[in-house]
Amino acid sequence: MSAAPEPLLRIRELGVRYTSGRETVDAVRELDLDVAAGECVGIVGESGSGKTAMLLSILGLLPAGARVGGSVRFHGGELLGLPPAHLNRIRGSRIAMIFQDPMSALNPYLRVIDQLSEVPRIHGGLARRAAEQRALEALEAVHIGEPERRARQYPHQLSGGMRQRVMIAMALIGAPELLLADEPTTALDVTVQAQILTLLQELRQRTGAALLLVTHDLGIVAQLADRVGVMQGGHLIEQAPCEELFEHPRQPYTRSLLAAMPRLEAPA
Amino acid sequence: MSTTALNAAAMGAGAPAPLLAVHELRVSYAVRHAGRLVRARALDGVSFDLERAGSLGIVGESGSGKSTLARALLRLIPAEAGTVRLRELDLLALRGAQLRRARRHVQMVFQDGVAALDPRQRIGQALEEPLEALRPEMSGSQRRARVHSVLARVGLEPAHLERYPHQLSGGQAQRIGIARALMIEPEILVCDEPLSSLDVSIKAQITALLQQLKAELQLSLIFIAHDLPAVQRLCDRVLVLYLGRVMELAPSDVLFRAPRHPYTRALLQAVPVPDPRIARTRRITPLSGEIPSSLAPPSGCVFRTRCPLAVARCAQEVPLLRHLGGSEVACHRAEEL
Amino acid sequence: MSAWRRRLRRHPGTLIAAGVLLAIALASLIVPALSPYDYYTPQLDLISRPPMLRGGHVLGTDPLGRDLLIRVLWGCRISLLIALLASLISVVVGVAWGAVAGYVGGHIDAFMMRAVDVLYSVPFVPFVIVLTMLLGRELWLMFIAIGAVSWLDIARIVRGEALSLKRREFIEAARVTGVHGARMIGQHIVPNLLGVVIIYATLTVPTVILFEAFMSFLGLGVRIPLASLGSLIADGAGDMQAHPHLLLVPAAVLATIIYCFNFLGDGLRDLLDPRGQA
Repeated sequence: MSAAPEPLLRIRELGVRYTSGRETVDAVRELDLDVAAGECVGIVGESGSGKTAMLLSILGLLPAGARVGGSVRFHGGELLGLPPAHLNRIRGSRIAMIFQDPMSALNPYLRVIDQLSEVPRIHGGLARRAAEQRALEALEAVHIGEPERRARQYPHQLSGGMRQRVMIAMALIGAPELLLADEPTTALDVTVQAQILTLLQELRQRTGAALLLVTHDLGIVAQLADRVGVMQGGHLIEQAPCEELFEHPRQPYTRSLLAAMPRLEAPA
Repeated sequence: MSTTALNAAAMGAGAPAPLLAVHELRVSYAVRHAGRLVRARALDGVSFDLERAGSLGIVGESGSGKSTLARALLRLIPAEAGTVRLRELDLLALRGAQLRRARRHVQMVFQDGVAALDPRQRIGQALEEPLEALRPEMSGSQRRARVHSVLARVGLEPAHLERYPHQLSGGQAQRIGIARALMIEPEILVCDEPLSSLDVSIKAQITALLQQLKAELQLSLIFIAHDLPAVQRLCDRVLVLYLGRVMELAPSDVLFRAPRHPYTRALLQAVPVPDPRIARTRRITPLSGEIPSSLAPPSGCVFRTRCPLAVARCAQEVPLLRHLGGSEVACHRAEEL
Repeated sequence: MSAWRRRLRRHPGTLIAAGVLLAIALASLIVPALSPYDYYTPQLDLISRPPMLRGGHVLGTDPLGRDLLIRVLWGCRISLLIALLASLISVVVGVAWGAVAGYVGGHIDAFMMRAVDVLYSVPFVPFVIVLTMLLGRELWLMFIAIGAVSWLDIARIVRGEALSLKRREFIEAARVTGVHGARMIGQHIVPNLLGVVIIYATLTVPTVILFEAFMSFLGLGVRIPLASLGSLIADGAGDMQAHPHLLLVPAAVLATIIYCFNFLGDGLRDLLDPRGQA
């Protein structure tokens, strides 16, 4: 029997430990997870489950006091412990991330077009004019109206939904193979959230990028994910193909999460 | 016809008067925009009734004016125009000691339970305070007895009385918030997004608690939220707000089953469904655009900039709230939905 | 109470500062009672002796032969007394003024803060000079006069804090439950200002000490033979070249006191925060 090809992202025995003063918290424990190319994996958990820490550890974005153990391999290459120079080449171009709060990811002092063109200039080595053209194309891809005008604005002049689109544009402009998303729609109104989720689906189909999405909302995961994992207290307690998890949850915590999930009776 | 008159007509003559009647409530505030001071209208002529022991859900996205409505009802911010009648008394016209006495009837649960508590005050003190302020005739031991009894009702232990707010979890803090609001036995409880800052499993607990308390104490509830499933569970009527104006007002089962307003329909469709078979197969076009700024509301119907049914008339004429089936809708083309 | 002990352990500087101040204060009260020397009797055969570890006068003597250690300790007594009482007056008045102005707002706030602005523009030194000339160089006058000018800063700071506190959710929540007026200010506004007030109060103390020292330097401070640290420094400065110890000793003590108060203020703010984070 031939060995299966290594998945795009392969996490084994991941552990994240925060130490402050005399207190130690294990945010993530012994986590194993695979993400195949083009796949969408949704990780659900409540606050304190460690889902955000898990995501941040992939790109080395954890705060200084955190200790990370285990292995995170991308295309077979180990990410944990990579020197910053190597990590920077991967961040933004091969693995990109979208955050919950776009204002914290966008530089308030730079115009949209300047921030967007950073990635093609730094990673793609493009000249300014060409990079700006790419930036405008990215804005069109995320369906921002009047892209030329919006590109010359500053983040605070945009609405919440538009800022989130800009952040998605920034993430996708380097044509990454893997997109990490940390609660990307939590801060948005429900109608804007619906727009962004549809956008993410469309972009994934177009670019073939894999998506590792972290959220507390099972509804989002039901819409987007091929496979779902449930985190509790730092452990990944269950993972299964999407429909199977919803229909036949095995862990009692998963069952209680599904039961507590708000749902409309008889959706319109 | 005014909403109140319509309600009276619909219910038939001899129906009991509503406990709370809000009529043409208008709230605006000054804001600095492009160097000048301008007025933004947060609420523009909102009217609704609340029955005794009834529960009204108020939904809408950010910028809809929901929180402004809660604060205006509680007299935390000034209203520009309109009346809020509690039986015969217009709450907006009261001042000073009269206003404080009226607070016995209407209380509020805030969005962030921890932030709504004084960080320097022990929980026990915080709970006794409403009694000290509004029921001065009670003795110390009577107050403490009441605190203990309400605490038990919201499912907490006396040990919590000694703690400080930062030592409470989100769910516990919200229970304390509810307990504090119930201390003086109000008739009306206004909840301003009480579930927003809570984890999923805690949301369900608090919703259940509110349901239980509503039934036990015959509370009239105004539940403000953007969380539609919770509103469906808790409220018998729903009011949909968009940019400070009422889009639809209907009994809960009617609204969720057959929404009459295009915005209501869009809201319902946008709620994620935690069932992959449904979520992946349904074809829904999400509503385009975003809510306009209250500094520059669209002419005519404020929803027209995002409405799939908008026509020329929508820009020229403000649609009034009118009866359609069992609901009240503010839409020129509601029949065609 | 172990939470307190943990917090105290994280602030060794604060404890040391508090300890030093306490030591100085106790010394200034106890030592003069135990010493054979007093602060006022001249001994003309022992003029301006440098410090000698044996022979009685540990820190030397001043130009009138009085023991410098005792003079300095008395100076500490006077300086600390003036500083603490003046600071107390300024804190009480400043907090009350600022909290009311900030919470009540509107015209009353405008009026109260304009009053502060007007008083701010009154030049301190001539004001205190005039007061001293009218009412004599009494000790109690010193701390009232100094307190009367230093409350203005605190009032401004407190008003700013009260303004921002007013908008916090727990204040709204308290209003809804019927809390208002004096109760609101006393129970909710002022206790949540404490951090800021403590810092400014402990910063006021050194300012007051320096101000009093300045007054004494001008010859308007305490009446002889009483001494404050300021007057001792003034006297010592005149004789700096020949007898440096007359300047260095009171100056060193003054610097230590001021340094400790600054340290103390910083630490107290952290300690008083019920959230307990450093």
